[in-house]
Amino acid sequence: MAQVTLRKVIKKYDEVLAVRGIDLDITDKEFIVLVGPSGCGKSTTLRMIAGLEEITGGDIAIGGDVVNDVPPKDRDIAMVFQNYALYPHMNVYENMSFGLKLKRTPKDEIDRRVKQAAQILDITELLDRKPKQLSGGQRQRVAMGRAIVRDPKVFLFDEPLSNLDAKLRVQMRTEIKKVHQKVRTTTVYVTHDQVEAMTLADRVVVMNAGLIEQVGSPNDLYHSPATKFVAGFIGSPAMNFEPCHLEQAAGALRVRLSDTLAFPVPADRTARYASHVGKANLVLGLRPEHIIETRPHIEPNQHDFDTMIDVVEPMGMETLVYFTIAGAELCGRVNPNAGATAGKVMKLRADLSNMHLIDDGTGRVL
Amino acid sequence: MADAAIATTTAATPAHGRYGSMSRDRRWALRWSYFFLVLFACFFLMPPLYMFITSLKSSAEISAATNPWWVYSPTLSNYIELLSQNQYLTFFRNSAIVSVFVVIITMVISVIAAFALARMKFWGSAALATGVFLTYLIPDTLLFIPLFKMFAWVNDTFGIQLMNHWWTLMILYPTLTVPFATWIMIGYFASIPKELDEAALIDGATWMQTLTKIFIPVALPGIIAATIFTFTVAWAQFLYPLAFTTSTSELVLPVGIVTTLIKGDVFNWGQIMTGALLGAAPPLIIYAFLMDYYIAGLTAGATKG
Repeated sequence: MAQVTLRKVIKKYDEVLAVRGIDLDITDKEFIVLVGPSGCGKSTTLRMIAGLEEITGGDIAIGGDVVNDVPPKDRDIAMVFQNYALYPHMNVYENMSFGLKLKRTPKDEIDRRVKQAAQILDITELLDRKPKQLSGGQRQRVAMGRAIVRDPKVFLFDEPLSNLDAKLRVQMRTEIKKVHQKVRTTTVYVTHDQVEAMTLADRVVVMNAGLIEQVGSPNDLYHSPATKFVAGFIGSPAMNFEPCHLEQAAGALRVRLSDTLAFPVPADRTARYASHVGKANLVLGLRPEHIIETRPHIEPNQHDFDTMIDVVEPMGMETLVYFTIAGAELCGRVNPNAGATAGKVMKLRADLSNMHLIDDGTGRVL
Repeated sequence: MADAAIATTTAATPAHGRYGSMSRDRRWALRWSYFFLVLFACFFLMPPLYMFITSLKSSAEISAATNPWWVYSPTLSNYIELLSQNQYLTFFRNSAIVSVFVVIITMVISVIAAFALARMKFWGSAALATGVFLTYLIPDTLLFIPLFKMFAWVNDTFGIQLMNHWWTLMILYPTLTVPFATWIMIGYFASIPKELDEAALIDGATWMQTLTKIFIPVALPGIIAATIFTFTVAWAQFLYPLAFTTSTSELVLPVGIVTTLIKGDVFNWGQIMTGALLGAAPPLIIYAFLMDYYIAGLTAGATKG
């Protein structure tokens, strides 16, 4: 059993609070991704789990034992670094076996484990090469191999794909997921790339300014963000935010975006939003895929509106259109054949059944 | 007329005349480089050449007013006489033992010190690292007076006479070599990515294992550079042995040559030159073998990669 538990964990550098008291329960065999912008404390959190940073306050437990004062080597963890951190003077075999040798593992056992890991990662033919003779992707595999041979309780990944080019990154992402499906070790993975977080994680932890914003499955975070930060961070292109206010209209609610544009709020949300009528600081959140071209058949809660298109970005399978409502720039995803042209008025359709209403003062999704 | 002249000038000016030519710039840069390199090489190789020429001359020929750059009757008598003297071999042996041990002592101290200062973040480590470098800036001529006092104190307190023993130099030279070697090694260790020792730490290595199994192999060029530096300083040191050793059996090569081959105002030039030339050989041989490493060590950290 290798669950990892963080209780009120704090990290202070001099007077700067890098991590402001976070609680997190990672279950056995789970793949957790910590994601957030740079400086949000995600790497610091990982390094505290690894034992590379002392914790200022709180408790960290691995497999039920509090490890606050346990040195890294006795925590039974393995870490993969962004710059691989392979020992340059050792070949791949020696790199992978270094940890086991220090633990005085029998030679044939080392050999068996290294060869098994090499097979999992498909690097058997590289075992006698030096790191400088390897490509970026191969080095990344070796770094993972070094982690796998130790058979640790927890894998820690610190932005392992950041140094690879875009194509290789996608390939290695799949590779990491495959490896996790094979070895089923509890994994904590840090990245600033929300696509990496969504594709790899069983659960994603979104961090911001030293605090956890939300923990949840990739789909939970995407469809039910708890805060404006999560709503804006997860998803690409990012969710549209449009300042708005709620108004009462003939027993129903309306969300007004500008003097000329207002949409009825879906009936099932009327009760939820009723108390916010007339409040200032409200923001409507709507993902680009919920602003589409107009179609002959109209679903409930969908509403057409005309707008001047500012910029058109053809992506092949879809076209992104950018337009402005009351000073805020919004993005929609339309069919490539819908005839979007910059500088021309286009009829678009907003799907309000997927709307989010956000209190901009507290940052909470209502 | 005027129009024609303009036309001719324009046509005759090739494109690279107006914009300059890369290949021509490079040719000129190379010419100047060669000129100065040859000039400096001549300037610095002149003394050893002069030593070599003089070492092949008899005393009579040296004192005769002939062309100093030519040997009329070459002889190996200087070499034979010098190498058959026991005291010259004693100087050589003293120098060799002192230098080798100074290198060993210096490298053990400075590698461990540099590792601690560069990597084991502790309170005051940065100030200490600067302090190490500042000690190097103190001229050795200022150090030997307090060292005299310290030796006298040791003699008074413990009854151990440190003066006039060749092995005392093994304690003295590190005061010059350790600060600089430590400084070189701090710089070299600092260029090793931090993740490398973190990876070793997670792999289960102790600080000492991280040093011996990761840092020393990775920093080998830097260690070799520091070794060569230390050996050169120890081998060529003149002031300390002159001040601290007096008996012929305790002298090292540079002082030995000067004190035994100059008697009053009689200079035995032939043997002095021979002795100096032979004395210059060991550092030369070491340089020749380790030159590539030395240059790699000196330029380390200049570029990333």
